[in-house]
Formats: sequence, C-alpha cells, structure tokens
Amino acid sequence: MSKVLIRGAKVLGGAPQDVLIDGAQIEAVGSGLSAEGAEVVEADGKVLLPGLVDLHTHLREPGREDSETVLTGTRAAASGGYTAVFAMANTFPVADTAGVVEQVYRLGRQHGYCDVQPIGAVTVGLEGRKLAELGAMHESAAGVTVFSDDGKCVDDAVIMRRALEYVKAFGGVVAQHAQEPRLTEGAQMNEGVVSAELGLGGWPAVAEESIIARDVLLAEHVGSRVHICHLSTAGSVEIVRWAKSRGIDVTAEVTPHHLLLTDELVRTYNPVYKVNPPLRTERDVYALREALADGTIDIVATDHAPHPHEDKDCEWAAAAMGMVGLETALSVVQETMVETGLLDWAQVAERMSFQPARIGRANGHGRPVSAGEPANLTLVDTAYRGSVDPAGFASRSRNTPYEGRELPGRVTHTWLRGKATLVDGKLT
Amino acid sequence: MDNKQDKQQDNAQDRQGGQQDPQPQSDARPVLEGPDIARALTRIAHEIVERAKGADDVVLLGIPTRGVFLAQRLAAKLEQITERKIPVGSLDITMYRDDLRMHPPRALARTDIPGDGIDGKLVVLVDDVLFSGRTIRAALDALNDIGRPRAVQLAVLVDRGHRELPIRADYVGKNLPTSLRETVKVQLAEEDGRDTVLLGAKRTAPGAQH
Amino acid sequence: MQRHLISAADLTRDDAVLILDTAEEMARVADRPIKKLPTLRGRTVVNLFFEDSTRTRISFEAAEKRLSADVINFSAKGSSVSKGESLKDTAQTLEAMGVDAVVIRHGASGAPYRLANSGWIDAAVINAGDGTHQHPTQALLDAFTMRRRLVGRDAGIGQDLAGKRITIVGDILHSRVARSNVDLLHTLGAHVTLVAPPTLVPVGVGTWPCEVSYDLDSTLPKSDAVMMLRVQRERMNAAFFPTEREYARRYGLDGDRMARMPEHAIVMHPGPMVRGMEITAEVADSERCTVVEQVANGVSIRMAVLYLLLGGNEPAGSHTRTEEK
Repeated sequence: MSKVLIRGAKVLGGAPQDVLIDGAQIEAVGSGLSAEGAEVVEADGKVLLPGLVDLHTHLREPGREDSETVLTGTRAAASGGYTAVFAMANTFPVADTAGVVEQVYRLGRQHGYCDVQPIGAVTVGLEGRKLAELGAMHESAAGVTVFSDDGKCVDDAVIMRRALEYVKAFGGVVAQHAQEPRLTEGAQMNEGVVSAELGLGGWPAVAEESIIARDVLLAEHVGSRVHICHLSTAGSVEIVRWAKSRGIDVTAEVTPHHLLLTDELVRTYNPVYKVNPPLRTERDVYALREALADGTIDIVATDHAPHPHEDKDCEWAAAAMGMVGLETALSVVQETMVETGLLDWAQVAERMSFQPARIGRANGHGRPVSAGEPANLTLVDTAYRGSVDPAGFASRSRNTPYEGRELPGRVTHTWLRGKATLVDGKLT
Repeated sequence: MDNKQDKQQDNAQDRQGGQQDPQPQSDARPVLEGPDIARALTRIAHEIVERAKGADDVVLLGIPTRGVFLAQRLAAKLEQITERKIPVGSLDITMYRDDLRMHPPRALARTDIPGDGIDGKLVVLVDDVLFSGRTIRAALDALNDIGRPRAVQLAVLVDRGHRELPIRADYVGKNLPTSLRETVKVQLAEEDGRDTVLLGAKRTAPGAQH
Repeated sequence: MQRHLISAADLTRDDAVLILDTAEEMARVADRPIKKLPTLRGRTVVNLFFEDSTRTRISFEAAEKRLSADVINFSAKGSSVSKGESLKDTAQTLEAMGVDAVVIRHGASGAPYRLANSGWIDAAVINAGDGTHQHPTQALLDAFTMRRRLVGRDAGIGQDLAGKRITIVGDILHSRVARSNVDLLHTLGAHVTLVAPPTLVPVGVGTWPCEVSYDLDSTLPKSDAVMMLRVQRERMNAAFFPTEREYARRYGLDGDRMARMPEHAIVMHPGPMVRGMEITAEVADSERCTVVEQVANGVSIRMAVLYLLLGGNEPAGSHTRTEEK
C-alpha cells in the first residue's frame, strides 16, 4: 500500500491541515507535508473525520439476502462514511451462537468495505426465555461484546437482570430495545393526536420509558452497564439524564430519523415512514436533539433496516417497520445538529465514531486523527447540498424516508485501514 | 326547445358576461314581454282543452326550472276554464341526459309526480324553449320509468328551431326563427323577477371579445 | 368535491349539503315503480371487500344497480388475496379491466388512501370503511337521517345541522363510524359529545372538534340524537371494561334512559346491534329508533355519492349548487 496525502482537510472541523497515510496507519498530521511518493487527495476545505462507527445496523445476512447482504450493507456503510458497523442479531438463523456470529464477522472482513462486528442475541432465538451462549460468542473469532435482542425487547425482568450480570465477566454490554410488549400489541405508530385521527394502533411513549426506567435501575442494582437502543421520546431522555446523574453506567443512542422526522408524516399512510420505535412528535424531536447535544444521549446509531420494495409498497398495517439509514445518517446529523449550532464537527466525531467504538469495544476504530493511529478516515464535503436519490444507494434496499428531500453534506472519501473504500463518492 | 346543455352554456355566458361586461344584456333584445307571455299561455290553455276534449285526464309536468313555473301558470288557466283541479308536477331529467359525461354532475331538481300518477293520463310536458329536442327525449325516457300515460304532448313557450331529433311541440307560444349564433333566454317572475324572452348574440370563445 | 371519497374530513360544508340534497332526490326514486336510473350506464364499479360486511356491500350494490352501473363484486375470501396477492396487485388487476370506481372495505386503516394516492390505479376510490379510520358514507347517511328527522324532509333541503346536539356513545377508540361522524357533524355545524368509558376513548381525542363525557345520564337530556355504537364482546377480554353487565348498566341505552331524552330526540345505531349490551330491545324496537331508516337512507346516500363522483366528466364542484339558479 502506497502513501496518500490528504491536503488541506479541516480535521474534525478545525483549521486546514495535511494528513499523510502510510499503509494502514496515519503517518503524520501537520501543515505543508511532503507529497513525495504519495497519491494526493485535495481536500479543499472538506471536513476530515475519524471513520464513523454504527452501533446499530441490520445487515439481514443470513436469511434475508433479498433486502441486504453483508456485501451490499458494508458498501452502503462505506458510502456513508462508516468504517465499522455492529450487525444486529435478528437474522435467520438468529445470531445466537458462535457459528453464526463468526460467519457474519468473516463475511465483513472478506469484502473489505467496512468492518462488521456482530452483535449476539441475548436470548436463544430472540425469544426472551433462555440466555444464549453469551460467553461462547464473546470467545469466538467474532469477539462479541454487544448483546441485543433488538427488534424485540428483553421484557422479562429476571432474564434482563441475569444478562446484565452475566456479561460483566467479559466486559460486555446489553443493548436494550425498550418496548413493553403488552402496551404495544397491534402498535402501528406513535400514540397521540395523529394516531387517534388515523385510526392506527398506538405505540405509547410509556412503553419505551417504563422499560428504560426498569433497566437503568437493574443496571444500578447489579453494577453493570446497559445501553439503550434508539431512544425516541422526551420522557426517555429525562430518565436517562436522571440515571446518569445518579452515576448509573448507562449509554444511549438516537437514530437520525428520530432527530428529523415526526409522526405528522404518517398522515400520508406511506409505509416508508413506518419504523420501530415510531416517529414521535416535534416536542420529542427537539428533546432528543438537546439530549444529544448535552451528552445525555451518547451516540447516533442508524438502525439501518433494509426492506424489499414489496414490504413497503402496500397498506400501512401490512408493511414492515424500518428505514435504511447508513447512506444518509451524516447528512441528517449535519442538518439537525451542526447547521442548528447544537454540535460542532469534533462533537459529531465524538458521537458518531469515538463513543460508539468505546461502547462496543471496537478496537482500532474511533481513534483520534493523529500520527500512529489506524487510518480509518472519512472526508466530508459539508458545503454540498442535494436531494436524496435512492436509485444511487449502494444498499440493496431503497426504503428511505428522505427520497427527494434536500439534505446537506456528502461523504466523498472513506479509508478503511488506509485502503480507500470510497473515492470521490464512488465505491472502489 | 333548447336542451339543457345549451341552457347551461347560455347561463354560463350570461354569468361570465355579468362579471366582465357592465351591460350583460346590452346586445339582447326582448322578443316577448309579460303580456305577450300571458296571452300565449292563455291560448295554449284553450288549445289543450279543445284538443283534449275537456282536459279530463290532463296532467301537466313542467321541466325544471322554468318549465315548472309555466306548467303551474298553465294549470291555473286550465282551472279557470274547466273549473276543475288540474294535477301539475315537475319532471327533472338530469339523470336521463345524454350529455352527462361532458360536464361535471349537476345538482338534481325535484321530480314531483301528482298523487294519482300518470298511468292512463294525458301528460302534457311543459318547457320554456324547444331547441335540439334532447331535453324532451330525456323527459320521455324519464316518463317511461314512472308510468304509462295514455298519451304525451308537449307545450313550449318558444320554439326556436334547429331540432336534432324527430320531436315537435303540440302547443307553441311563439315560433322564433333563430340563428345558431343567437341565444334565447326566458325570464319568469318566479325565478328572475320579471317576465320576458330575450334574443341575444352568442358570445364566441370566452375572452375573445375583450 | 375531491375525486375520491376517503374521509368525511375531506368534505366541505357545501359538498356535504350537496350530497344530502342529492340523496333526498335519489330517495324519491325508491318510491317509483321502476327504481332505476340510466345515469351510470356503461360505468363499471367494483365492490372490493377485504372484510366481510354484507350490509354495506349490498347497500352499495343496490345503489350502483339503481344507477345502472355494471357491478363487479370482489370479495377477498376465496380469492387470490387469501393466497397472498397484495392490495396493489389486486388493484392493478382491476385497473386493467377498465374499472371506473372502486368501493373498498379493508381491515387496515389507510388502505383506501393508499389505493387512491399510490399511483396504482386511476379509478375513483370510495371508502366503504377502513380499519378504525373512516367510514364516510355511514356518516353521510347518519347526517341524512338526522336532517330528515330533526330539520325536516323538505325543510332540510339546502340546510346543515347547525346547533343540533348529537351524542355518540360506545367504543369510540375502535370506531370508524365515530371518527367519520365527528368530522362530518362538525362540518355541518352540529355539536358533538362522545360518551364512553375512558378506556374506549383514544389518547389524543383532545384535538377532535367535540366534547368527551364519561357520564351518559347527564348528557341524554341535552341530546337531539343519540347514536349508540356496537360494543364487541371481545373488548371485555382486553380489559376495556369489567363485564358486559357493568357496561350495559353504565353505558347501555334502556327505556328509562331513553325517557330522559327530549321528546323529539332520536336514537340511532349503525348496526348490527347487540341487544342487551349497548341497547335494549325496548329501545331498539321503539318509534324513536331510526336503525331501519338508516339502512334505507344508506342506499340513497350511496347513489348520491356515486352520481356526484362518477355522473359527469369530473367530480361535482362547488359550482354545481348554483348552476341552475
């Protein structure tokens, strides 16, 4: 691998600098670095970030390769500026054994677009009854540290308590999909003014908040850490803020779509807006932005959930829940957090790279942009504005809620351990 | 007698003229005034009695809107002559029109058949203007769904010619030879505040005169 | 009027009054020896029923046939839909057959909206009830029944329901009839009160243009019409209320309660009634109960809607009212 000189990049949004990559590592960061023997990328004022890390991706392989595969999903990730993604366990078969997680891990390494760190299921078959072999998955080649039944809630308090306790032995973390199942039977959208009018089954905020409240108290009681997936309500923010103030080891994520979209969109009955947890109200959106800015919410995670066209081109109740997000996440964060003045680019790096890597123990990712560090980097043209065209997605699925919407920013280059996976917006 | 489509166009043009032209009827001249109309109706009433041999079984059905008022006036005159109650009603033909697909649906007018019905009766249809004959064709279809009269006759205030169907009036207030470029508009006190028949020039394409 | 009839909320006051007035004329056709009009000759209407509803289906079918439309009944049961064919595929099949209008009943809220707005078909879409969302022709026939009884058959022409006090009692949460009626009655100037146990009132009802009460007895004397909604027995198992007996005692309409209504007030029910649950036989069979009238009025209303949507080259416009004047 030869050398690459990125010239004039605003590292983490700061003053323009040159960054020299040699092989898999960053060789030097400074001004006026020599281009000798190096391929030059003129950054021309673009922002250079550490490679983004997504703690919440659905890659669908094995089992639903019609909606996404590890290859198409990691290409989508590279397009969006990601160098590592955590793949959720709700595949077919479920990633609840060492065998399945190793398969997913290896596929990611083979394709070479983005590291894939499998998440293991907390319970066998995501059924919530019996703990999966968490230790075996941790000891496998995949080295699983994050466990989640995402898509389903670990609603049994005893199972949740045991999981929280058990993973302490190897520094793991349980990522909870907080959804009280009885309160959300038949749920189709946020319960409130809009659901009342549309006659769609309500998914009340309390179904999320009650589980989060329980789980932070359980984590405190057993002295473990807990991670809250896709936090979506103002009330959840309050609970997490309170838990952190008590010193409870809780981390939380928010999705880009919950930072931008509200349940008013459901009035179109277009299932592209159907997602779990559902789009909430404007008040929730503002509370989530504020919480991401003040650190109550630690990270942005995409909950990238690909679905084939037929699962969305139908009536609302019959449609699948979920949105793709890897290729639009950074733009939505720029729109909702940077351009509103809530975050600067260094704070974006914190929330989309450093922190998620730390929570998931993704070695080699989420490192500072400095000499001697792995060359996992993302170059962003923050001045760009354009409307989202799903036809250009690398993902196999097109179920984006942003089709035709103008969003700022575009990832032009991504490097994974010094190897360019995206050049001038095109996958290598 | 004009068909409804032409009426509609005429009305639309009148309204349009009203909005755009300070003197909408400036080019329309009266060809019948109130006393003329009254005389014509009296004559028709006598003709009906004469031809129907006492008008024992006559039922008058006016075609909305103005045909209904004419039918009511005719009935009053017939009652004067015969000193008997003459059944009078209305027959809306909107749902039987042959040009429904050419316009947005129109509000329906009232169909009101006198209590004893029309079976075996002499039905006299009454309308203001006879033009293409299509309205009367629709009226005959509508009658067919309501009952089986002994005979059907037609009375109109004005026959302006230009028939498109083999239909003729049995009683005519005034024959008024017209050009297709002219419009005939009947105004009646019950609806328009005064009795008159106006002959005017048809406007060409909207806006063309401005 | 819009090209489709999806929600009662889509109707303006003038649209709604035009439909009621037109229905009044359509009703007179039923008194004739030949109950048929040639108006929709050559037009094809499909009754696309994904949910069983014989009453609504035959009401639409009678209306379509009285207007001489060609009628195709498509019931999801025993069709390719039960074999997994999607709404979209079904719709496109119908479109290929040259259908002018689709009357759709579907268990999923929003299915008619999707059908009308997804580019799957060009035909006009008439919502015959979707999930717990809307049932606009039911609301129209209810308003028609109220106008006849409370304003008058002839006196009502051109009128709305301004100032009338309408009480809707029962399972509001799961009721498309309640949603449609609240929207339409508000548009027509009526004052609506919903009465139900709090468990059967949706969260978010606060923005609806109506009042909510949990007390039937105090509402009855202030009602010109009381509409009882069906309460399904299975709601009991989902803990919406403790027992049928308790529900009937607190929210059922019996003779004693009916006596507290003003003398002119009527009792309505969209059917089918659960006698002994929300309504006693004594009330259901009384003179004041309009349930049978509502069925007859349903045909007139559906004829009016079909005529105004399909009778011309485009839907009836607001100018339709003044055209003859």
